[in-house]
Amino acid sequence: MVSQTTQLAVKAEAVVKNFGETAVLRGLDLELPTGEVTVLLGTNGAGKSTLLRILAMLTQIDSGSISMHGVDIAQNGPVVRALTGSVLHSPMLYADMTVRENLLFFAEMYRLQNVDDLISSTTVQVGIEQRIDDRVRTLSHGFQKRVALARALMHDPQLLLLDEPESGLDSRSVEQLDRIIENYKSMGRSVVMTTHIVEHALEIADRAVVLNNGTVGLNSTNPAADKTEILAAYSSKANDQ
Amino acid sequence: MMGSLAIIWAIGRKDLLLEIRNKDVVVAVAGFALLVLVIFTFAIDLNQGNAKLVGPGVLWAGIAFAGVTGHNRAFALEVEGSTLEALMLAPISRDLIYLGKALGNFLFIAVAQIIVIPVFAVLFNLVVFRWEMLAIALLTTLGFSAVGTLFAAMSVRVRAREVMLPLLFLPVVTPLLMAAVESTSHMVNGRSWSDMAQWLQLAVAFDVAFIVVSAFIFQHILED
Repeated sequence: MVSQTTQLAVKAEAVVKNFGETAVLRGLDLELPTGEVTVLLGTNGAGKSTLLRILAMLTQIDSGSISMHGVDIAQNGPVVRALTGSVLHSPMLYADMTVRENLLFFAEMYRLQNVDDLISSTTVQVGIEQRIDDRVRTLSHGFQKRVALARALMHDPQLLLLDEPESGLDSRSVEQLDRIIENYKSMGRSVVMTTHIVEHALEIADRAVVLNNGTVGLNSTNPAADKTEILAAYSSKANDQ
Repeated sequence: MMGSLAIIWAIGRKDLLLEIRNKDVVVAVAGFALLVLVIFTFAIDLNQGNAKLVGPGVLWAGIAFAGVTGHNRAFALEVEGSTLEALMLAPISRDLIYLGKALGNFLFIAVAQIIVIPVFAVLFNLVVFRWEMLAIALLTTLGFSAVGTLFAAMSVRVRAREVMLPLLFLPVVTPLLMAAVESTSHMVNGRSWSDMAQWLQLAVAFDVAFIVVSAFIFQHILED
């Protein structure tokens, strides 16, 4: 069902999303090629988190269309969800279960095989192997974020969605996260992330998209070179607020 | 098919594991139902005649009210930790999430009944340890879980969910409650299976209809 020939990880056309009277996305068009790290920028309320939730299929759009790897998300929910791994604001973990129990449970939800090996390798990858038998409730927010990342990576998704992944992480963990993202990209996978640490994000991103008023205000394919322009666009939106 | 059953069982088993650790739901359901029973034993002059008359109604009304508390709590736990969204991220159909959650609720209420029904037998001095009672309890608990899981999901994001759930749940389960009360009444009066057959059939029809309809509706109410 997943198109092997398409080069687009995400294709959004005329996407509209309103929450009651409030328009959050106003006819957004966006194409993100596979194998890229895309950073979504914008002030609070610009629509970054809403767009990520839509891509994660937690929020439905009012009109428009979105496809991932050529698969229409409106028609093929379970197929698209298998293609994506998401780490959103909340770690979304069962606090009274251990790290291992959480990962085992979600491995069952994704119908994964060789689960023990998978959990071992993923927990090592995100650096939580020492705490694998601790209850999530006893972990710091940063560690819980890492467990959430392990859950998102376990099924080897084509597209990783990260909503402010660095929040709650110390500098060492942020470096580790950068390595995971870099490694993911080297395997030809795509990452779409939001952040408020703009300068750091521009160093690791292949593409920067500044959302403005529910549409794409700026779409740079060379964030490092366009840093001044991106920062200007981002800060002008911040000043508008 | 086996894959779907494994998903449903995994969700139900997860809820059971959390309940064993926290005892949030079973204690609330059993405690509430026991309180109702005790209050009625003080409020009513219980002799053998009126125990048979009012006992079944008190038992099932108590379990129905207590079930509301349990359903509320079981879903609130998923929302507080945003774990319901984690389930929604998984590549499984929403009706499996519903059936898994309903299985968990079924197990909680069933465990609570294992505590409540013997206490009811002692307080009302009625013989209830019969196969008929097992059938009535299973069918009623199944229907309560099917309806309660759906309405708990509907009301969980509402500010006044503690009020909303009983307002939705209790009117809908009234036919099932009638079936449970009438068939229990037949049983404590020593009647045969055939006397209670029409009430048990009503309970079966209710359960089948609400499991199917609720599983269908559930997938729509999860979306924003």
